[in-house]
Amino acid sequence: MANASIALQALGDPTRREIFERLARRPLAVIDLAAALPVSRPAVSQHLRVLKDAGLVIVRQEGTRHVYRVDPKGVEVMRQYLDRMWDKALASFKAFAERENQ
Amino acid sequence: MTGQKNDVVRKELMIKASQRRAFQAFTEQMDLWWPRSHHIGKSEMKKAVLETKQGGRWYEIGVDGTECNWGKVLVWNPPHKLVLAWQITADWQYDPDFLTEVEANFIEKGPKLTSFTLEHRNIEKFGPKAQEIWSAFDSEGGWMGMLKTFANIAETDAAGGTSGSGASKSSAHQADTAR
Repeated sequence: MANASIALQALGDPTRREIFERLARRPLAVIDLAAALPVSRPAVSQHLRVLKDAGLVIVRQEGTRHVYRVDPKGVEVMRQYLDRMWDKALASFKAFAERENQ
Repeated sequence: MTGQKNDVVRKELMIKASQRRAFQAFTEQMDLWWPRSHHIGKSEMKKAVLETKQGGRWYEIGVDGTECNWGKVLVWNPPHKLVLAWQITADWQYDPDFLTEVEANFIEKGPKLTSFTLEHRNIEKFGPKAQEIWSAFDSEGGWMGMLKTFANIAETDAAGGTSGSGASKSSAHQADTAR
């Protein structure tokens, strides 16, 4: 559960969502992202760390560059999406079942 | 990590209703509580349908009349157990060759109290398919669509200020009814 909320927070931020979407199109280094976004390099690094901790992106060293990409398995994103989806659906189910029971 | 396996989503709820009632509400009356935001068809969703029998279809009907399959009933054992096949891939398409399982159990705890558990398993199967999707990332309804939905839920939750499955119920429900 704790894990799911980490990813939710990670993608709840518009800048991080933008970074994640760019990485999903193609792998990029910090410097590429900083050039494309109105955000400083340290800020980009910070966002990437959050995405990485949330299990959404992975990093690979290529020469002197750290190149980030979306975790190709995509399983964690899907699991967390479904986790939230069922939370929402079941909350609605519970409210309905209990209301109609009166 | 709280000991939860990566390929399973597990939920537990206590429902203040009889076992029979809870099972009926979940199955026969799914259309009355299924969040309208959770649909895969191109048009808005008009109805969620679960055919209440072994092998029954599970699908949505759009406002334009189009039916979109979600899966089918694998185990029909009222009022105790229901296993559904969730056959929607990571790019929100029905695929008859793709199958993940959703198992719901209803355990009687009192005349008006039911322990409800739901387990969505085989989530690891989304992996290989998700890989194919990277190439089609920009397609509407692909990852972009999913991320938007995902972000909406995240923001709804953030507004509610809670992240647990229990405490976020009321805010999540309000978000549904507001649509």
